[in-house]
Amino acid sequence: MNLLRDQSAALRTRSPLAYLQGMSRGSLRRALHIDLLATVPARVTSALLLVLVCVAQPSYAVEAQPKLDIGKGGQCVEDTQWMRKNHMHLLKHGRDDALRLGIRDEKHSLKTCIECHASTKDDSVTARADSFCVGCHKYEAVKLDCFECHSGTRKSAWLQQRNAK
Amino acid sequence: MSDMDMDRRNFLKTSVGAAAVAIAPGMMLYSVAQAKGEGASSKVRWGMLIDTNQCKPGCNDCVTACNNENGLSGETKATDSQWIRKIDIKDISTGREISLPMMCQHCEHPPCVDVCPTNASMKRADGIVLVDKHRCIGCRYCMMACPYKARSFVHEPLTGQNPDVPRGKGTVESCTLCVHRIDVGGKPACSEACPNQAIVFGDLNDENSEIAQKVRSVASVQVRADLRLNPGVRYQGI
Ligand code: SF4
Ligand code: SF4
Repeated sequence: MNLLRDQSAALRTRSPLAYLQGMSRGSLRRALHIDLLATVPARVTSALLLVLVCVAQPSYAVEAQPKLDIGKGGQCVEDTQWMRKNHMHLLKHGRDDALRLGIRDEKHSLKTCIECHASTKDDSVTARADSFCVGCHKYEAVKLDCFECHSGTRKSAWLQQRNAK
Repeated sequence: MSDMDMDRRNFLKTSVGAAAVAIAPGMMLYSVAQAKGEGASSKVRWGMLIDTNQCKPGCNDCVTACNNENGLSGETKATDSQWIRKIDIKDISTGREISLPMMCQHCEHPPCVDVCPTNASMKRADGIVLVDKHRCIGCRYCMMACPYKARSFVHEPLTGQNPDVPRGKGTVESCTLCVHRIDVGGKPACSEACPNQAIVFGDLNDENSEIAQKVRSVASVQVRADLRLNPGVRYQGI
């Protein structure tokens, strides 16, 4: 019964992704004949479903990319493409280790990012629309909260400013 | 309770990580968890010994140094952050006056940590009490729980923070013992700035350290010792 309802809903939306997302775990198992899944714990099943959904996302053709001021740039601590995709994980997991455990991983710290990528013109990753962090985040429409607390300025420049006061 | 919460968090982190590795083989969240450095050690207990006989009334150098280091405005209105204050007290029966700096006492059993609903208030393994501002929701329970009135709430948006000292609106903050300096082998700004060396900083657990030798040989007290919070900051001459 469930399955029928789900199928008609999917027909209405005409999207296989919406079809998968709209289904309960049980009906999905039945629909895909994944009997094996029935034997593994629910948490793993959800993780697999997540993978499935992620893989199923259509990839769009790359349009004009934002033009960024990458500062000094040079060799990044990780592969550039990998960093585009995963920098937020490094920052998020690193922050807990640094703050709560005192494990400061300098190679992957926000300060190290800023050291290389702050503009050579204004020593900042956030000051202008094409600054290193702002440029991409604007393009991707992802809100950037880090810099409400963290400084986006290179430490040496910050020290200079402070000492000038 | 707080340990349990962190375990749960780590568990979730790990299970998401495992799924992530399945999505993209290059994604290694584990490498971050095993990053270089041992982190804060529970063998260490950072503390300060403040000699009120050396502290001069009217001198404000430690406070100025703290403000400068941590990017505080230095204003003292009701809504301004103050991490360290100079306090002048007088014994009415004898007329003896003393002056001393007060800041977060880095309690071994911190009430601020007990009351925090989000686990943002926390004590590092080496005894430094901090606010994890990534988690703080600004409820200010900790400010009410602290018997030393050591904490401040940030009321206004901030700009121009020290890159080593992130601070932001809507979160509570207090003396961090200059943790960013300690972690690179330095000492707190107040201790460095005092012209009379009234503030001795060091590891209370290391019997050869200056502070451990001093607390062994001279009389010192904890403020409100009756609360049995075992602060890491001790005072001489009060
Ligand atoms: S002095 Fe106050 S803020 Fe510091 S650890 Fe103790 S209770 Fe917490
Ligand atoms: S203000 Fe922040 S640190 Fe203090 S008790 Fe509330 S959540 Fe915890």
